[in-house]
Amino acid sequence: MTPLLEIENLRVSFPTTQGRIEVVKGVSFTLGRERLGIVGESGSGKSMTGRAILRLIRSPGEVTAERMMFDGTDLLSRSERAMRPLRGARMSMIMQDPKFSLNPVMTVGAQIAEAVRAHESVPRRALANRVREMLEAVRINDPDRVARMYPHEVSGGMGQRVMIAMMLIPRPDLLIADEPTSALDVSVQAQVLDLIDELIVNNGMGLLLISHDLNLVARYCDRILVMNSGEVVESCDAADLHAATHPYTRGLLAAIPRIDETRDVLPVLDRSAWSGT
Amino acid sequence: MSARDWLLDESPNSRMQANAGRFYRMGLALLRNPLAVLGALIILLLIATAVFAPWIAPESPVGQMLDRRLLPPSSANWMGTDELGRDIFSRVVYGARITLMIVALVAIIAAPLGLIIGAVAGYFGGWVDKLLMGFTDIFLSMPKLILALAFVAALGPGIENAIIAIAITAWPAYARIARAETITFRSSEFISAVKLVGASDARIIGLHVVPLCMSSMIVRVTLDMAGIILTAAGLGFLGLGAQPPLPEWGAMISRGRVFILDQWWVATMPGFAIILVSLGFCFLGDGLRDVLDPKQAGKS
Amino acid sequence: MTAISLKSLTISYGGIPAVHDVSLEIGDGESFALVGESGSGKSTVLRAIAGLAPEWTGEISVLGAPRGHGPDRAFARTCQMVFQDPYGSLHPRKTVDSVLSEPLIVHGLSERSGRVSEALDMVGLGQEFRFRFPHQLSGGQRQRVAIARALMLKPRIMLLDEPTSALDVSVQAEILNLLKRLRRDQGLTYLMVTHNLPVVAFMCDRMAVMNAGRVVETAPSSALRTGDFSDPYAQHLYAASGGDEIASKDGQ
Ligand SMILES: Nc1ncnc2c1ncn2[C@@H]1O[C@H](COP(=O)(O)OP(=O)(O)OP(=O)(O)O)[C@@H](O)[C@H]1O
Ligand SMILES: Nc1ncnc2c1ncn2[C@@H]1O[C@H](COP(=O)(O)OP(=O)(O)OP(=O)(O)O)[C@@H](O)[C@H]1O
Ligand SMILES: [Mg+2]
Ligand SMILES: [Mg+2]
Repeated sequence: MTPLLEIENLRVSFPTTQGRIEVVKGVSFTLGRERLGIVGESGSGKSMTGRAILRLIRSPGEVTAERMMFDGTDLLSRSERAMRPLRGARMSMIMQDPKFSLNPVMTVGAQIAEAVRAHESVPRRALANRVREMLEAVRINDPDRVARMYPHEVSGGMGQRVMIAMMLIPRPDLLIADEPTSALDVSVQAQVLDLIDELIVNNGMGLLLISHDLNLVARYCDRILVMNSGEVVESCDAADLHAATHPYTRGLLAAIPRIDETRDVLPVLDRSAWSGT
Repeated sequence: MSARDWLLDESPNSRMQANAGRFYRMGLALLRNPLAVLGALIILLLIATAVFAPWIAPESPVGQMLDRRLLPPSSANWMGTDELGRDIFSRVVYGARITLMIVALVAIIAAPLGLIIGAVAGYFGGWVDKLLMGFTDIFLSMPKLILALAFVAALGPGIENAIIAIAITAWPAYARIARAETITFRSSEFISAVKLVGASDARIIGLHVVPLCMSSMIVRVTLDMAGIILTAAGLGFLGLGAQPPLPEWGAMISRGRVFILDQWWVATMPGFAIILVSLGFCFLGDGLRDVLDPKQAGKS
Repeated sequence: MTAISLKSLTISYGGIPAVHDVSLEIGDGESFALVGESGSGKSTVLRAIAGLAPEWTGEISVLGAPRGHGPDRAFARTCQMVFQDPYGSLHPRKTVDSVLSEPLIVHGLSERSGRVSEALDMVGLGQEFRFRFPHQLSGGQRQRVAIARALMLKPRIMLLDEPTSALDVSVQAEILNLLKRLRRDQGLTYLMVTHNLPVVAFMCDRMAVMNAGRVVETAPSSALRTGDFSDPYAQHLYAASGGDEIASKDGQ
């Protein structure tokens, strides 16, 4: 069986006043109908990798790759027009910053309704029910009240869950989730991830989970890629993350506070410990 | 260290350098867009023509020579002469001054007015918003040219009154834009943070809200310039704007239309000028939108 | 002396209560955590103290003085807030320098230049960052600027709304170390919202657990090592945060 997504030697570069700099430097991986996690520190190119797959990098940014196949079709050769029906319907992305991605002058409910209507024709009366169902699915209590709120009125975590609801409506084949749960407490987080998991098990969706929460990724994903300054420095099975060998990964692991914390100072990354930047 | 390095320094040493660097980067981005450069050149040409009109124009714009009426374009009169024997090229050149004045005055009156009304309405919301926007909508609901006509009719014809009338019809659109923009960030955390510091509402609006509306405002004003020039020309055409013998382009077309079939150049030459300048503003406005677009400039 | 005292505080938005009957006492110099479910009203409590959520009934007093319903200038000098989102809390068109000068200008303080560079030092940002715009900074650097802004008026109390949840673990460690050091050096009081119990274990002395707009339990943070919670929601949160593993380790 061919994998859902095949990426080979993906590069993303931006022009700066010091010339072109690459922010993703040759990333390769394949994704089946499974859960793949990408971790790494801020600025390591995680989001850019995700956006490049959806071809969402705007000029002057530039994307090149040797191979970028999604379910048997070549993403590289597709025109912007031909990408549009794929995006949203078959591959969708939960953006990192919900407050930035939601329309500030439209109620949350109206935005979810919009997402429903973009993919199926639903009679107006049934629409409100669909919106309520979606909000309930992401564990929002009192969905009718929340549907009438504007994005600045919902709490940080609720905004994030609204975003997730909107992206799951079309039941995509590939979901790229960029820090989908960073504002959620652990119990809601687990419930939302279970919801995504249902889609993986029932619909055979593939998930690319971008996160800086190593514990979450280790618990939830099947495989993990560790990125540092645009490159994949380590790739391992999720269960083996805590036994990772690369000094960068070890540094990240050591920086996580623990629930039975006794250290007075948390170790920070010592950037001279590995050959990278 | 060269001036370029100084401007592009990632770690500037003063606020001035940081701002200069920001504008320099925008300028560089603008230069990458050929149409925007073309627009900017046309507008520079307009400004230069207006400033140096006495040196560029071969003749006085009002000197009549009735023995050479309605001559076609020739090497002596590049754009021909009109029904009073005046050199049309000279009149078009001097007309640049009037056009520039109209454009500048409308921008100076209408843009800040609209900006402040919109920012105040958007920032406070509630009944302040309802009141101000109700008022704005009354103006917005009337067609621009007709509203301007009504004002000119009430104030009496003349270039000053035409400018005031156009400004009065132009601000509501700016108020709408400023309000829409303000609403998107009025509840954002950087505004809350200055509130917490104890800054007054006037300070927040003036120093924190208005600068963020600025870029969309500049783009919109630039794009509107073409419309303003056309409205001014329309008023001139109807005899309600600049009065003879002022060489206003619209008024010139209006007088030339009598001869349009036999002496086409009388009406066409100022028409070309209007089209050229309007296009210039449109191109520049489009280029500025790409550079100033807050969605692009705000993200890293 | 108590730094912040809340007595039967009920906070509403547009008439609908979001937080019900919260009473808390936070001592001077203490580091206190507010944890709980998403949407349970943690940020709302901080916003009410800061004056950004003016619809409340009950009593709020800060350093013994009762608190009014809006932001006020005198209060600004005793208490400041750091917001959750480092991308949304800095004005996109202002340099770091003008962001940090703003509080000084509003309060008519002199020697602005010196104070700004001192504040940058304090949060571990070099002088080369002083005239940068936010889009030239990383998330962690932005959060440092936001912390520096809150420190400009030398407040005694800091309200921290999830200061690290948008940041990766390595930057989180730097910011947490920084906050801990600042508190030790300047005797600050922290009221910190977080949904991450390990952060509480590292940073805080006591914690209150919120659920559905109410405080359901108040406990010392040492409870995180022993799992000593009585409320069912708090127990659930503790178990889901990895506390269950500790309990099983102890059992062995
Ligand atoms: N328009 C741009 N021009 C130049 N460089 C850019 C641009 N956009 C992003 N970058 C750079 O690309 C790099 C990778 O960014 P990316 O957003 O992928 O990081 P990330 O791993 O998602 O980090 P985070 O955890 O903070 O979200 C960063 O160093 C960033 O500065
Ligand atoms: N401006 C507002 N108008 C109306 N309701 C609001 C407003 N701000 C917050 N709320 C509501 O108040 C409740 C509590 O929100 P709050 O932001 O305090 O939650 P939180 O505990 O900080 O959650 P999170 O961890 O997700 O940030 C939520 O139900 C939210 O919808
Ligand atoms: Mg990212
Ligand atoms: Mg919150």
